[in-house]
Amino acid sequence: MSKEWPLWEIFIRSQHGLAHKHVGSLHAPDAEMAINNARDVYTRRNEGVSIWAVRASDIVASSPGDKTALFEPSNNKVYRHPTFFPMPEEVKNL
Amino acid sequence: MNEQKYAFLTRMGDHALILSQQLCKLCGKGPALEEDMALANVALDLIGQARLWLQYAAEVQGAGGDEDQLAFLRDAHQFHNFLLVEQPNGNYADTLMRQFFFDTWHYFRLQALSQSADPRIAEIALKSIKEVTYHVRRTGDLIVRLGDGTEESHARVQSAANELWMYTGEMFEADDVELAEAAAGGIEPASGLRQPWLEHVSQVFAEATLALPSPDAWMQKGGLHGRHTEQLGYILAEMQYLQRAYPASQW
Repeated sequence: MSKEWPLWEIFIRSQHGLAHKHVGSLHAPDAEMAINNARDVYTRRNEGVSIWAVRASDIVASSPGDKTALFEPSNNKVYRHPTFFPMPEEVKNL
Repeated sequence: MNEQKYAFLTRMGDHALILSQQLCKLCGKGPALEEDMALANVALDLIGQARLWLQYAAEVQGAGGDEDQLAFLRDAHQFHNFLLVEQPNGNYADTLMRQFFFDTWHYFRLQALSQSADPRIAEIALKSIKEVTYHVRRTGDLIVRLGDGTEESHARVQSAANELWMYTGEMFEADDVELAEAAAGGIEPASGLRQPWLEHVSQVFAEATLALPSPDAWMQKGGLHGRHTEQLGYILAEMQYLQRAYPASQW
């Protein structure tokens, strides 16, 4: 049994942002303390208005070794981009 | 000068100032990186509040001084902080228990003061309570985890509670300064805070599996009237040395 507090990854959404961005990690004994610690460590300079904390052990990541198989095929499939039809004037800024 | 107003304001400022000074000593020495930053943040919040209270006190004093002069040039017997905040940092349980007892009082106190008829006091209280709401939540959370933690953490926190208990009564003393300000501001004096304070502390202690010392125990007093423990001498020597050695210096 480790004496070390578990690691948490912290995501903050700023006041003018739409998505939570990953800002770093910290150690905390449990969920409540993770939020408190994130507030103290990552929002000192008014960086955000919302905190997500996730146990690092719960995060599943793609393996760097699979980069080619996972991401190269989409590299040159220009027909997947929605840029081939003219947009009416009224919705140009959508 | 309005003696009682001055005393009232310096009391509020001195609690925050001395406690902040104590917490600053722990900067870089916290048990964990996150905790170190959190405690330093609390210290910074408190010194900001101390400044606001002492700024007002200096104006009421009307001697042309400012908050820096009050902070750095008064002698120990002229300070009016609670004895609680000058108790030594000790181990981390001592630090947190002292903080928890104070933060709980501070929260209810600021809540009451935000209704004061004195607009300046209400303004300071409204600004401060945003910070203190978080302080009391944070410290309470930690007390629960240490109390309901390992055998060692439980023993240390219980010991801290027992040792510091006799300094908590002073926070509810309603002397003539307190009563005068309560009347002038149209708010409840400190004695009225005792009930909510006891309720909150009991609740957190229960969750932390800690035994609450007797509310009727004998209580130490004197801080509010300038009668301090030996500790304050050392705290002020460290805090005031620079200003006294190089008067009116700035950078």
